[in-house]
Amino acid sequence: MVAAEVSRLLRQDRGQLLAALIRAVGDFDLAEEALSDAVEAAWVHWARSGVPRSPKGWLLQVGRRRAIDRLRRGQRFRARVPELTIMLEEDEAARADDAADIPDERLKLIFTCCHPALDRKSQVALTLRTVAGLSTREIARAFLDTDTAMGQRLSRAKTKIGAAGIPYAVPDRTEWHPRLQSVLTVIYLIFNEGWTAGAGDAPIRDTLCCEAIFLARLLGQLASEEPEIEALLALMLLSWGRRSARHRPGAGLVGLDEQDRRLWNRDVLEEGLSVLDAAVARGAPGPFQCQAAIQALHVQADGPEATDWQQIVLLYDRLLRFQPTDVVRLNRAVALAETGALALASAEIKSLAVALEDYQPYHAARAEVFRQIGDAKGVALALERAIELSQSEDERRWLEARRRALF
Amino acid sequence: MRYLALIYSADGTAPEYGSPEWGAFMGAYAAAGKTFHERGVFVAGEALQHTSTATSVRVRDGKTETMDGPFAETKERLGGFYLLDCKDLDEAIEMAALIPSAAIGTVEVRPILELGE
Repeated sequence: MVAAEVSRLLRQDRGQLLAALIRAVGDFDLAEEALSDAVEAAWVHWARSGVPRSPKGWLLQVGRRRAIDRLRRGQRFRARVPELTIMLEEDEAARADDAADIPDERLKLIFTCCHPALDRKSQVALTLRTVAGLSTREIARAFLDTDTAMGQRLSRAKTKIGAAGIPYAVPDRTEWHPRLQSVLTVIYLIFNEGWTAGAGDAPIRDTLCCEAIFLARLLGQLASEEPEIEALLALMLLSWGRRSARHRPGAGLVGLDEQDRRLWNRDVLEEGLSVLDAAVARGAPGPFQCQAAIQALHVQADGPEATDWQQIVLLYDRLLRFQPTDVVRLNRAVALAETGALALASAEIKSLAVALEDYQPYHAARAEVFRQIGDAKGVALALERAIELSQSEDERRWLEARRRALF
Repeated sequence: MRYLALIYSADGTAPEYGSPEWGAFMGAYAAAGKTFHERGVFVAGEALQHTSTATSVRVRDGKTETMDGPFAETKERLGGFYLLDCKDLDEAIEMAALIPSAAIGTVEVRPILELGE
């Protein structure tokens, strides 16, 4: 009973408790240590006297006190003890410890973890550790790192936040949009890391996808009326809803055009579509909105042949204005081929040959266009190169299945 | 917090001395300096002579050794610095971005190690 309550609280509220403690003590490490202390104390006290009326408030209060204890005992903060103690006492006096009164500081936490002065991988790791509450070991596994290397990465990032004076704050108006894009990019990276991981890593893969969706929902609650947050959530839901159809046992990945659409989770997809509608209604398109709209067209079609490829090409044109990258150009060319404009698509793809020479999806896309043109030799060569470049077992199996189907 | 903004750029990237572009470039430096003063962040700032005038000094076994040239031969060279007292890293980055050389080279922002903290 107590174990279940502590686990539930930690899973659900760790981010919020940590965010509130960081605000109170002004230091990531100290806040994390104090929260661990409070959790340890909860195991003992709650087992003896039952779960308190406001468990979150209890943890926060004990966390603050333990932070003061640690300050007084430790060497690290000696010079700042008087200042920090006053801060903590004021923080405690300022509010009754009712759960409803704990201000949600997680938006600050998210923006601090995704601060552009940290490298991208550290932003991702720190967000998963502090906001989503994954363990260092889980994050290490997800990114194929050793526990030690991931621990050091997290520790370096936290040290830099303190030492370099990265503010624990939500950016102001002028910086809001670029900083929000950075946060959204981190969340989408987390999702994609889960989405593209091999089948053997199923549990951690699903964890990452779910955490990314959780983070986007949380961000949407904390900063409402931001169409790009809604669009990112929609984009992820519109992929996530097709998860069960994406793997066939023993056959690896299944392409969108071959998926059994009866396996799609319609509830998740419907939610994705309605979240996207809300974003579109705000009349401020952005890169995530374009990508979500493309996924929506795939999901809404009755089958691969019924997909509105003309509209998808237009959406890629729009996306190119936000993200003029070779990968977007490639995806646009693939959609163009589907509309029947094979000569144009083929020329586009050729023009990307140098830039995307070592990119597996480039060769898979080439193979597809060659197939439509009827160039069997081209298909064979392109698929061979794609198989050479494939990064995971699933990808390789999928490409080999394509090759078998054609020859 | 105090930050040192170290200004690096490669030879030949700044406008030619005496050209109209040079005048604009120096004007932008003057404007940045004015902003630093107005914002109350300016502590110090100087431009350095070319790295060809540098002498590197080391003491080994109690003996002073000197070497002609900078510590590291790199394409981008340290050409000057500002010492700025800012609220946090965000303000330091905002100020560093005003330094005209940031548009042609790189400004490294390093927090000062404050003893006693």
